[in-house]
Amino acid sequence: MPAPISSVKQHLERAKAGEANLATFIKEALEKSDSIQKKYGPFVTINRSAKPSTKKGALFGLPISVKDCICTKGLQSTAGSKILEGYIPPFNATCIEKVEAAGGIILGKTTQDEFGFGTFNVNTKYSIPKNPFDTERSCGGSSGGAGCLTAVADFPHVAIAESTGGSITAPAAFTGTVGLTPTYGRISRYGLIDYSNSMDKIGVIGRCVYDTALLLSVISGHDPLDSTSSSQPVPDFTSFIGKDVSKLRIGLPKEYFSEGVDKRISKAVHDTADRLEALGASVGEVSMPMTNYALPSYYLIAMSEASTNLAKYCGLRYGAQEDIEGNFEEYFSKIRSESFGEEAKRRILLGTYSRMAGFRDAYYLKALRIRTKIIEEFKAAFGKFDALLSPSMPILPPKFSEIAKLTPIQVYGIDMLTIAPNMSGMPTLTVPIGRIEKLPIGVQLIADQFKEGALVSLGSAIEGF
Amino acid sequence: MPDYWKIDKALIDRICLIAKLTLTDKEKELYMKQLSDVLGVFKQLDEVKADVAPSFQPYRLENVWRDDVVKDTDWDSLSNSKKTENGYFKGPKIV
Repeated sequence: MPAPISSVKQHLERAKAGEANLATFIKEALEKSDSIQKKYGPFVTINRSAKPSTKKGALFGLPISVKDCICTKGLQSTAGSKILEGYIPPFNATCIEKVEAAGGIILGKTTQDEFGFGTFNVNTKYSIPKNPFDTERSCGGSSGGAGCLTAVADFPHVAIAESTGGSITAPAAFTGTVGLTPTYGRISRYGLIDYSNSMDKIGVIGRCVYDTALLLSVISGHDPLDSTSSSQPVPDFTSFIGKDVSKLRIGLPKEYFSEGVDKRISKAVHDTADRLEALGASVGEVSMPMTNYALPSYYLIAMSEASTNLAKYCGLRYGAQEDIEGNFEEYFSKIRSESFGEEAKRRILLGTYSRMAGFRDAYYLKALRIRTKIIEEFKAAFGKFDALLSPSMPILPPKFSEIAKLTPIQVYGIDMLTIAPNMSGMPTLTVPIGRIEKLPIGVQLIADQFKEGALVSLGSAIEGF
Repeated sequence: MPDYWKIDKALIDRICLIAKLTLTDKEKELYMKQLSDVLGVFKQLDEVKADVAPSFQPYRLENVWRDDVVKDTDWDSLSNSKKTENGYFKGPKIV
């Protein structure tokens, strides 16, 4: 079967040739967004003032949705939190500036778990998106709105999302879309409402690999406003679509097919590996035992960084504010206690504790050392393989009623396949590979840092199966 | 070695004070149990001998220096605040 033809590519060609009435197209896209919102709830805010751009760049005439943790000038940006309700950024994130300079149109802000704290996009006071394949099930999180909208939008569109520990892979896998989490530093984070600075990455969700490669090409690159952004050259990632994969070496990390993974999903991933082998790629197994320690290390690092990042929310400069009563301590504590959700408070408490004297030396620094060992393990694997292949998520999209019964540590455990590459800054691509019980499943490809091109080549081969 | 994995009432009160969170007794009970459960799993790190340098970032980053020059922004930093006075944020008393 040939790879799907991108409706985005066709739309861009028509727009460039002057064959599309973009004013009508955008008007209809906004009307359709209203209908989608009523049925599935992927938005926090729809951009009522969206209009065609005059800049005839690579995204001319293309609607782009944006996860709500990314600042958009003049458009509310809450990061899914009540404490940022009503916050209207007076500036654009760098990735938004790049989209607008390329002629893209900001369609709206998509819903998410509060500050990215979640795997199922249920931890928010705003809209909880429903899975288009079964509305009693989750779209995944934390970029659930981005995955949901991408799956149901019946007009050309690509989503800007964000991942810290798997927040692009989970919703892409659960909604049957393509999710590209780039290398740490590939895309500027200036204007990103941060969760965990050493792991946050802006990325992309699209209907097909081409769409994600296109948007990645536009928004990547060094930014003087983000000192952690990389100066690595940015290729045209769409040029990797359809490239020969017969010389590539694919590793199957055996720890990613453990008992906690649905055996039907594991089998489907092995079938995908067989098909890549049939194309001429070589496939072999690799053991990565440090994977088993990724989860506690990740959460220790993430919560420590999150608790410091969330210290800036004090109800004075933006977002939730009240009449000034009491002293600074009382006002600050009151507004934080009223405005943060349950999971945000849990992570602030755990993160605060993990940075306290004694525990910090014993475990926080140890978690950072274990990250070193996990990175070393990836680097050793990439000495033998061009990419690793695994299931994207260990389970099918769960029902909301099932999620409500999970304990926090059970929820954290669902991230078992995405945490290690995310905390190591490795790029990943999740591609849908079929359905089980009518629900989508995905395969996760992991490459070495700044090797997104190999992911695009392999991903485009897989979506042609 | 101290038992870092037990969260008791006194400890949760201390953490709340540092984190600037005021919790109800019911919330404290819930979080004491949940935090202890989570930390119990994190204890798994004891199994690992980690005799390597810590990674504060996924790869080595160099410091980025710039000249210490004041630049104006083209926006109003007070635009999202409901309480301002004479071009400043207005907040509660500190002392």
